[in-house]
Amino acid sequence: MSRTMIILLALVAIVFAVSWAAKSASLDDQYDDYISRGFLITLAAFLTLSILSFLYKDNPFYKFAEHLFVGVSAAYWMSLGFWSTIVGNLIPRLSVTLSAFFKVPHIEDEYALYILPDKVSYFIPVVLGILLLMRLSKKAGWISSWPLAFIVGTTAGLNLVRYLRSDFIEQVSSTFVPLLVDWQGTGRFFSDFNLYAYGQFVTMLGNWVIFIGVLCGLVYFFFSKEHKGIFGGASRVGIWVLMITFGASFGYTVMGRISLLVGRLTFLFHDWLELIG
Amino acid sequence: MRRQVPLIITFFIGALLVISVFIPPMVSLKETFTLYFDIIAVFAFFLGGGNLLRVHLGKLYGKKQDWGFSLVTVAGFAMMLIVGLFKIGNPGGIAASITAEGSLFQKLFEYIMVPLGSTMYALLAFFVASASYRAFRAKNREATILLIGAFIILLGRTPFGMMLTSWIPEQLSILQIPNLAIWIMNGPNLAGQRAIMIGIGLGVVSMSIRILLGIERSYLGEDK
Repeated sequence: MSRTMIILLALVAIVFAVSWAAKSASLDDQYDDYISRGFLITLAAFLTLSILSFLYKDNPFYKFAEHLFVGVSAAYWMSLGFWSTIVGNLIPRLSVTLSAFFKVPHIEDEYALYILPDKVSYFIPVVLGILLLMRLSKKAGWISSWPLAFIVGTTAGLNLVRYLRSDFIEQVSSTFVPLLVDWQGTGRFFSDFNLYAYGQFVTMLGNWVIFIGVLCGLVYFFFSKEHKGIFGGASRVGIWVLMITFGASFGYTVMGRISLLVGRLTFLFHDWLELIG
Repeated sequence: MRRQVPLIITFFIGALLVISVFIPPMVSLKETFTLYFDIIAVFAFFLGGGNLLRVHLGKLYGKKQDWGFSLVTVAGFAMMLIVGLFKIGNPGGIAASITAEGSLFQKLFEYIMVPLGSTMYALLAFFVASASYRAFRAKNREATILLIGAFIILLGRTPFGMMLTSWIPEQLSILQIPNLAIWIMNGPNLAGQRAIMIGIGLGVVSMSIRILLGIERSYLGEDK
């Protein structure tokens, strides 16, 4: 470790300690646990700044925060999965004794397989789960492909029907919208361009755009025929529609990221430094 | 055996779930298998955790490059896991929810995971800004459409967009930037999203059929 790094680390440690003390003092009259709360807020601020330090360049503070995030989030999802699924859903169906131990209400079976006794059927995922853990063994690792096959089969079986319904049939049927809506004469058609009034022009334009846009978008994705002539023209319109979609998605992503950044800056300047009200 | 059994399991389970849709007494199979899936997924989390430990403990044991950071990962992992699995610092004890208000687990989530996660994503705002600079150059017609679409959506969601076009009379309110942004979202954007979703739907269906029939078997790894 270089000398500069040691000085920097010492400086950060001093700033951290001062911030902890100052924060705890400012929370003294509001909370009983002001010391631990002061520590946690200072820690959160330190971690936020550590991640932001990547804007300068990759550095040990960023690496520290990054590695901590990996470890903490892996354990977070493991703990949550254990308590919500194993204790919340499996144990109440498996055993009365274990349900009593974990203080969760015992569930009489709702969805058991018909060919197996109620309790036995719930040992299937447990056994498959244990086989999945065999992946960590070099010798018996191959057997983990059985639960993997179960996962893949379940996903394929469920998604085949689900996507056919929601992403295909539903979307196709929603595309067939009336192209001449509520016709009330030419005068009304041109006089009412108001969006909120759902004027004829706006509604019709919207429906035409959706119908033509979806059709042309699909033409663009159809690669079995060369994109030439009318087909090529439709494909080109499809690209324009897709470009607007990507533009809108891009705009939304930027907005989302900026609002997160605003949230972090608010934390730093309001919760930590108390510079803004 | 190593390849045949998984293929049979995949076909049997997948076909059973597809058939169950058409046979009313078997409809509940979907819920049963979804629960099985969730339970196995928890074991997959444990597998992920185990693998993480194996990788980082290996780095620590061999004192490989940046082993100190592996120590941070292992320490963070162990701390969160012990607090989470044993519900340490949970005022309601074992009966309370793991994410109960005031529990140590919830505090660690709030003061470690949230700042790290949201700052990590917020960091992307800066990279998106530099990407915008490259993307937002109207080099051709398609790029110009992308630029205009994104610009209207961005402006339409800010007070500045409203301020710019508030002078437009009510009869032509569709031309006001916030309204135009709404129209783009409900019109062209919806059309594009729908075309993509129909494509995804067809793709998922064909991939599912390929998997069930054993044509697609990349999930089993390479043939040895």
